[in-house]
Amino acid sequence: MTVHLRKQLIALAAGVSLAVIANGVPALAATPADTLVEAFAIDDIISLDPAEAFELSTAEVTCNTYDLLVRLDINDTSKVVPDLAESWTVSPDRLTYTFKLKPGLVFASGNPITAEDVAWSFERAVKLNLNPAFLLNQFGLTGDNVADKAKAVDPTTFTLTVDQPYAPSFVLNVLTSTVGSVVDKKLVLEHVKPVTPSDENKYDNDFGNGWLKTNYAGSGPFVTRVWKPSEAVVLERNDKYFGEKAKLARVIYRHIKESSGQRLALEAGDIDVARNLEPGDLEAVQANKDLAVASAAKGTIYYISLNQKNPNLAKPEVIEALKYLVDYDAIGKTLIKGIGQIHQTFLPKGQLGAVDENPYKLDLAKAKQLLAGAGLPDGFSVTMDVRSTQPVSGIAESFQQTAGQAGVKVEIIPGDGKQTLTKYRARKHDIYIGQWGSDYWDPNSNAETFTANPDNSDDGKSKTLAWRNAWDVPALTAKTKSALLEEDPAKRAAIYKELQEAVLKDGPFVTIFQQIEVAGLSGKLKGFRLGPTFDSNFLAAVSKD
Amino acid sequence: MAMAGTVQAPRSSQARARAWLLGFLRFATVIVTTYLGLLAVTFFIGRVIPIDPVLAVLGDHASASAIAQARREMGLDLPLWQQFLLYLRQVLSGDLGTSVLTTNPVTTDIVRVFPATLELATFGTIVGVAIGIPLGVLAAVRRGSLADQVVRLVGLAGYSIPIFWLALVGLLFFYARLRWVAFPGRIDVAYEYTFTPITGLYLVDAVIQGQWDVAWDVFRHIVLPGCLLGYFSLAYVSRMTRSFMLNELGQEYIVAARAKGLAERRVIWRHALRNAAVPLVTVVVLSYASLLEGSVLTEIVFSWPGIGSYITNALQNADMSAVLGGTLIIGSVFIALNLLSDVLYRALDPRTRVR
Repeated sequence: MTVHLRKQLIALAAGVSLAVIANGVPALAATPADTLVEAFAIDDIISLDPAEAFELSTAEVTCNTYDLLVRLDINDTSKVVPDLAESWTVSPDRLTYTFKLKPGLVFASGNPITAEDVAWSFERAVKLNLNPAFLLNQFGLTGDNVADKAKAVDPTTFTLTVDQPYAPSFVLNVLTSTVGSVVDKKLVLEHVKPVTPSDENKYDNDFGNGWLKTNYAGSGPFVTRVWKPSEAVVLERNDKYFGEKAKLARVIYRHIKESSGQRLALEAGDIDVARNLEPGDLEAVQANKDLAVASAAKGTIYYISLNQKNPNLAKPEVIEALKYLVDYDAIGKTLIKGIGQIHQTFLPKGQLGAVDENPYKLDLAKAKQLLAGAGLPDGFSVTMDVRSTQPVSGIAESFQQTAGQAGVKVEIIPGDGKQTLTKYRARKHDIYIGQWGSDYWDPNSNAETFTANPDNSDDGKSKTLAWRNAWDVPALTAKTKSALLEEDPAKRAAIYKELQEAVLKDGPFVTIFQQIEVAGLSGKLKGFRLGPTFDSNFLAAVSKD
Repeated sequence: MAMAGTVQAPRSSQARARAWLLGFLRFATVIVTTYLGLLAVTFFIGRVIPIDPVLAVLGDHASASAIAQARREMGLDLPLWQQFLLYLRQVLSGDLGTSVLTTNPVTTDIVRVFPATLELATFGTIVGVAIGIPLGVLAAVRRGSLADQVVRLVGLAGYSIPIFWLALVGLLFFYARLRWVAFPGRIDVAYEYTFTPITGLYLVDAVIQGQWDVAWDVFRHIVLPGCLLGYFSLAYVSRMTRSFMLNELGQEYIVAARAKGLAERRVIWRHALRNAAVPLVTVVVLSYASLLEGSVLTEIVFSWPGIGSYITNALQNADMSAVLGGTLIIGSVFIALNLLSDVLYRALDPRTRVR
């Protein structure tokens, strides 16, 4: 190396280190003024097609980019409000719903929105028979009849015919879920791929599912510009949106999985919203005067369930004893602080008929007395499947400890989420700790899984939570069904109250808490609000100083 | 080996061609069985894991008919061996299948995630070698001195400190406090639109296109995770360098060189290190290969979209096409790097050259 070159290299190195130092002066980074940057664990997204997507992150993307006939009123969750539909009527026999569309609606593509698009969106969701299709199957819609039951009468009138006189509140509530999103038929048809019909799939095309997985054909306040799996989702303002236009030009969801990483990026100003904060990081954000916190109770319930195939767990006294062996107060004050509230009934607060009663407390004496009554004065041994994430593993350890004090020896089997779930769905567990999120904002969603078990045999088709715990309850199953057909909301609510009381008293479910979703916010944000469901976290009203 | 070579009579060109052919066939057999074994083991492990692959596609709430339909579409109703044969046929026709989680062909995914890991691993290895080797030499030359103790301590720490912790502390210090480095991911949001990658190695791409501001931003993103991986590579490389150098410095040719009056610097860097470099190549290549598997924890902390977190996520969801595709790629990288280290070995050590 010549001396000359060496000198040059030294100069270069000095320059670089100077640049590093200059850049190293602490200065708060800022996200672009017209862009909302959110840190969010988005690795659950597997498709953007509303007929397929049913994940939490996707629910949020879909609700901001697609329109529905009707939407949940986030100010009063017992009501639905018009979205694309201007008005609707229910026939006297409660079988036919007629929706009148608002005039002059257009998709982001510029194509007009007609009742034909609505009908085709229903048709493809049912015929594709993917994850959320069951929501529409509930109305008796099948691949064979959907074209007749969900149809366009004229360009602005859509009718839906259901198979039984359901409570209208139930039908409308289900229609607020993302599977009812209206897709741009003309645009999607340009991208339909032929498929070979088979025994399971009678149709000769994919209804554009292959294309719509990663593309966009909606009309919401934002359009989806790009989805990079496990990296980012980018939304842009839809200037053709019929309602009030979004205040920000762009929303970027960045995939940051780790809570502490999200907190650091929020404090540094590289993101505007942190969506997956754990209790420790949440407290730090709350304590920071430059930051703010948004929170909302969601329709997700965390519970411990007891498999009735286990002879010990099937004893009524044991079921009751275990409900006295959870230290609700301690769990509420530490493990779920800020991210959950103690809640012991299976309907989340805010849904029709939800009972907000928490009669159980940690009571060792009472539990021991009940165990003795069950002929188990020395307790018994039992296993518990727990997925290794917080807060469930913390709650499981707390339960293990308190149960141990009454002689119930709980052996925790840790596992990955999908692994414990697979075992649970095959009902091979003893005790399982898990959560259930309402599929749509209606009490039937939870009642149907906690209190209905149409066929308790091992090959029962309907793997409800009652089935998974082998809880054979024909009377409650019938009652759940009757609530679904009750027209009068007050009477309907009364039935759900009875169902909740029954589970609270005898059911093999120890319900512990209801989830509160939290988000750490930059102080500059205005109008950021979390909704009651994952598909009502609307972003159009968000702006920056 | 060298002896055998000299003893043998000069071979005819025909015999030489046959030897080459045999060598090639042996090599091909090894490659094919390696790949086949790799695929079979991964496939069966994947199927033994008690996770229902349908859960990843349909979630927990889907109807029984939707689940049955998905099961048949994914070929899960067939016997295991049949599923494996189907998969093999597919791979041989150049199709690694489609990932359930990303809905992309696995090949597309790998083209996206592998360069991220490659860039990070290369950065880490350069840091590890550039600092690790001089440190190792220093420790060996000043054996027992304070410098030696420090180098050994640094190496020991690199072995024992959990990378997850170090990464978070690094972020807290260099990102949150000092603002020297950037976070999260590979590139700032502001460049997300304007920058078009070519090779997928962002640093290289930015430089080729002359976008110096982008290059600086990318550098600020890669420098912390890169140095972290570099530290772990350094810990290994410096320790091995030290022991190889100690071995060489005790040899007679060093005494001879010193007796000849050569400058000490020349003795160490020209004579001793050149000989130590031969086994060192294998060490460096192996450490590079291990970084190329993707450091899952580093990738998660830094939101680095690399192959490590891709495969882990796929495995947790029983997304077998993605797991197998990723394993194939990593296997290929291992085989390629082993070949490379053989070649380098030959280039550096005249005794191993074929005459």
